[in-house]
Amino acid sequence: MTIKQVSVFLENKTGRINHVTKVLAENGINMHAFSMAETTEFGILRLIVSDVEKTVEVLRGANFAVMLTDVVCLSCPDVAGSLASILDQLAEEDIFIEYMYAFAQGENANVVIRPNDIARCEKVLERIQ
Amino acid sequence: MSRDEMHALQSKRLQKLVSYVYHNVAFYRNKMQAMDLAPEDIRSIDDIVKLPFTTKQDLRDNYPYGLQAAPPSEIVRVHASSGTTGNPTIVGYTRKDLAVWSEVMARCLTAYGVTRDDTFSVAYGYGLFTGGLGAHYGVENLGATVIPTSTGNTEKHIRLIRDLKISGIACTPSYALYLAETLEKMGLSKEDIGLRIGAFGAEPWTENMRKEIEERLGLKGYNIYGLSEIMGPGVSYECQEQNGSHICEDHFYPEIINPDTLEQLPYGTQGELVFTTLTKEGMPVLRYRTKDLCTLMDGTCPCGRTAVRMGRIVGRSDDMLIIRGINVFPSQVESVILEMPEFEPQYMLVVDRVNNLDTLQVQVEVRRDYFSDDIGRMLAMKKRLSDKLKSVLSIGADVKLMEPGSIERSQGKGKHVIDNRKLQ
Repeated sequence: MTIKQVSVFLENKTGRINHVTKVLAENGINMHAFSMAETTEFGILRLIVSDVEKTVEVLRGANFAVMLTDVVCLSCPDVAGSLASILDQLAEEDIFIEYMYAFAQGENANVVIRPNDIARCEKVLERIQ
Repeated sequence: MSRDEMHALQSKRLQKLVSYVYHNVAFYRNKMQAMDLAPEDIRSIDDIVKLPFTTKQDLRDNYPYGLQAAPPSEIVRVHASSGTTGNPTIVGYTRKDLAVWSEVMARCLTAYGVTRDDTFSVAYGYGLFTGGLGAHYGVENLGATVIPTSTGNTEKHIRLIRDLKISGIACTPSYALYLAETLEKMGLSKEDIGLRIGAFGAEPWTENMRKEIEERLGLKGYNIYGLSEIMGPGVSYECQEQNGSHICEDHFYPEIINPDTLEQLPYGTQGELVFTTLTKEGMPVLRYRTKDLCTLMDGTCPCGRTAVRMGRIVGRSDDMLIIRGINVFPSQVESVILEMPEFEPQYMLVVDRVNNLDTLQVQVEVRRDYFSDDIGRMLAMKKRLSDKLKSVLSIGADVKLMEPGSIERSQGKGKHVIDNRKLQ
């Protein structure tokens, strides 16, 4: 399933992530997942949230540089080897993954993938699941 | 030379110079005509206050050769220094100019105690910058052995200092400290090398830096001052007294002015240093405003020299920064940033000295619409800016991407520089 991920530009400075989480908390927005990508001097915070539009609105209001990115979210059993087989198939179809992050929830694990080709990635996943 | 003899010589040379520029440089002729001033009105050096000033902006406006007085066929070399926006300052030298330059440079070296028996390393950059070639020909003129090391491989440089028994070095004071540090890192000490004389300049430095350099390299360090618009290194130099730099005032006539009223100020008063090139042929200048703030001292020096001395440069009357010997204006950075839609027109230059080398960080805000979730694209954006800055500034700058709105906005005149170097 393709979903919208919220990306936020952050300087590498103490307290910046707190600021984002605080703004979200004040506006009653829940984060389902997030990951932090960083270089030596800046970071990109990637969020999957309960209310995408509101998140963009309140973070922009707080002066953050924010953008939306399409990502693919898939769910697979939280057992050894299940993700490996999915990734194998994606690789066989020549789909390149720019980044991904995952979290386990009960018996399943949710994986957020940013592929180079969303549409083809979706197709492959539909076929194999 | 007595003060009276100097006064007579300067007067004669100024008269000749004014007539020369009046007849060969439209810029000066127009300025003088507008002031209703004829060359005959200048009868002695004291009449210099009647003459118009020249600024860096004038040099830029007349880029490249508008202020050149000698015909192109007489020009044998050209140097350039960085301009604030776009145009560098171009200075052409005739054969005689180069002879004067190597003569004044040799005077400096002699005052430091350099002789024909010395082997001297020139570790200023060679190229458009006047430091390298200017010092080089001075050493040759004196008859000492010149090692044109230029800048770069410091360990190799130290091995050369040791193996070739190099006794003197010309470089920036910050490079001298870096040299000391590298020496220590290589497990060597000042006793392993035989440096005894250092000619340091091209950037402001302090007594504390002098003490540290002298202690760590085991030499005596002397100030050398110059600027390409006037000649290059060799405009003034310290003697054994290390108390003020003697100006080669038979070639470069100094004045101190109030930068606001432009009035000439008496000796001993701090103000902006102004030079008139009394003997220059290629690109002579009348009353060039250096923007350097200092004082002039008269009176015979204990060393016996009667030439006027200038004190340390204590600041600038504009916002120019000297970073690793290179002139940097915040407006240069601004012009680059304004050309790139990826960035907000807010920026901050953070200058520091790390391990004795000047560093420049340029902080810029990423414009919201240009933020990308792709780190590769963000890094490419950063690289585009640092490449452009490098080509405009001639020195590398570390670009720091900042969140929009994070650089402090100031009321009125923007503050664009944080200089953390402790130079005073």
